[in-house]
Amino acid sequence: MTTKLGPVKDWENDFDVLDYSYLNNPFEIWDKLRDRCPIAHTDRRGSNWLPTTYDDVTKIAHDFMTFSSTQVLVIPFMETARQDMENINPEVLGYGAPPITADPPLQTWTRRLILPWFSHKKVAEYEPLTQSICDNLIDKIIGRQFVDGAVDYAQQIPVRVISHILGVPEEMTDTFTTWVRDFLEFADNSENRFNSIRDIVIYLMTVIDQRKKLISQGENLDDIISFLIKEQKTNSEINDAIVLGMSILLLIAGIDTTWSAIGSALWHLGSNREDLVMLKNQPEIMDTAIEELLRAYSPVTMARVVTKDTDYNGCPMKQGDKVLMNFPAANRDPLVFENPQVVNLRRKINRHIAFGSGIHRCGGANLARMELKVAIRTFIDRLPDFKVDESKPVMWAGGQVRGPRVLPLAFLD
Amino acid sequence: MKVNVDETKCQGHSRCYIIAPEIFEVDDYGYSHSKFTDDLPKDLEEKAKLACENCPEFAIEISE
Ligand code: HEM
Ligand code: SF4
Repeated sequence: MTTKLGPVKDWENDFDVLDYSYLNNPFEIWDKLRDRCPIAHTDRRGSNWLPTTYDDVTKIAHDFMTFSSTQVLVIPFMETARQDMENINPEVLGYGAPPITADPPLQTWTRRLILPWFSHKKVAEYEPLTQSICDNLIDKIIGRQFVDGAVDYAQQIPVRVISHILGVPEEMTDTFTTWVRDFLEFADNSENRFNSIRDIVIYLMTVIDQRKKLISQGENLDDIISFLIKEQKTNSEINDAIVLGMSILLLIAGIDTTWSAIGSALWHLGSNREDLVMLKNQPEIMDTAIEELLRAYSPVTMARVVTKDTDYNGCPMKQGDKVLMNFPAANRDPLVFENPQVVNLRRKINRHIAFGSGIHRCGGANLARMELKVAIRTFIDRLPDFKVDESKPVMWAGGQVRGPRVLPLAFLD
Repeated sequence: MKVNVDETKCQGHSRCYIIAPEIFEVDDYGYSHSKFTDDLPKDLEEKAKLACENCPEFAIEISE
């Protein structure tokens, strides 16, 4: 079943993050809201608030006692799906997918467990693999006149890198991509959404069981899931449901987020020839360019649930209401960013919060940055100059994660 | 000029380290520390300011 709610006429009191105009161009909507009604409200899919200023988004993100992470989905899970889920694994719902769906203290220690897997040192070890993934994809694209930058390239990269870190076979990548899309992108189709998370849970339960057996037989496994299983021996707090929940998060968190960021970066470079040429000729600006593209096209919006009736900045928030953490809109706030609507690949001062703000700061940020850099560098170095092919439509996904899902590119020579 | 990372505020965004690896070091959890307890060498002062202005958590303190 897909819910149909009709186009939005009043963005201040009846917004909808899945509205067609919001998917295609949310920037103007945020600008208007920021001026007139900086925290918008809607009753579509429950009572939701949408802050649009940097100040509000960062303040709310830091107040995790009032604004809990126990409901982070922008499009809420159906109540019936919740019950069906309990039949498969009654425990998983109690813990969700920590650390992202947890508050302290559970969030604090589960986060600490996985952070070292994404340190600069560790991420450098994944770089040669990422490079070869990108090179293989380019080998298939090179010489073709038309390429879909999203489907043929961006979408293929992060899923392969994370499969390696999780120690699951590359053959699963298409299946993972479908699951993640059904869960986050097509979230309005509650049936498909439930099926996807059910399949993820069943798949990972099997993987965890197999690894447990291998480990008990003395096998030396060095993937992140096996690491969590081994940690259970010395830390009784890590129960099976937590291992499963963390594995679910690690599988989902880095796929469409990073693929969206790579896709948006290619969309920008394919629409702004000066920037493409500049980045190609001046590789030394790559670091500021990546941060700027993350700022301007921040992919991720996360939700929070209000834990007690609160009057926040004149908004009467009720317990159980949700607040959509609009990191992307905060990153276009003119009080914090000079000319925020201008994408300036050399921007020097850029306190963006594309990776969040406060205790839930993206655990995979270093990995995402490395993937972005390698993917963009390889694309512009190995292929001729390109542009977005305007004779064909670009298709944007949004809601929880915004980025192009169809990106027709044409090459210039 | 002295530079210090307020560890109660740092959330490990790593922006300081990317801008100025000469000044900051990050541990396995991503949290940053300044390598200098005393005054910074003069030629690093600009970079310290830039790192401070890019930290999303306002965790970097600079004192003259
Ligand atoms: C450009 C790509 C990415 C973006 C924009 C992004 C963005 C975010 C954001 C905004 C949060 C904070 C969520 C919140 O406040 O509720 C987050 C959390 C998280 N991300 Fe990412 N992410 C990206 C890639 C990745 C990758 C590659 C991984 C690797 C597995 C990853 C793993 C995580 C984890 C584990 C958390 C939870 C941290 C916690 O709750 O303590 N992310 N991400
Ligand atoms: S930029 Fe700020 S939050 Fe990030 S590591 Fe440096 S001091 Fe910490």
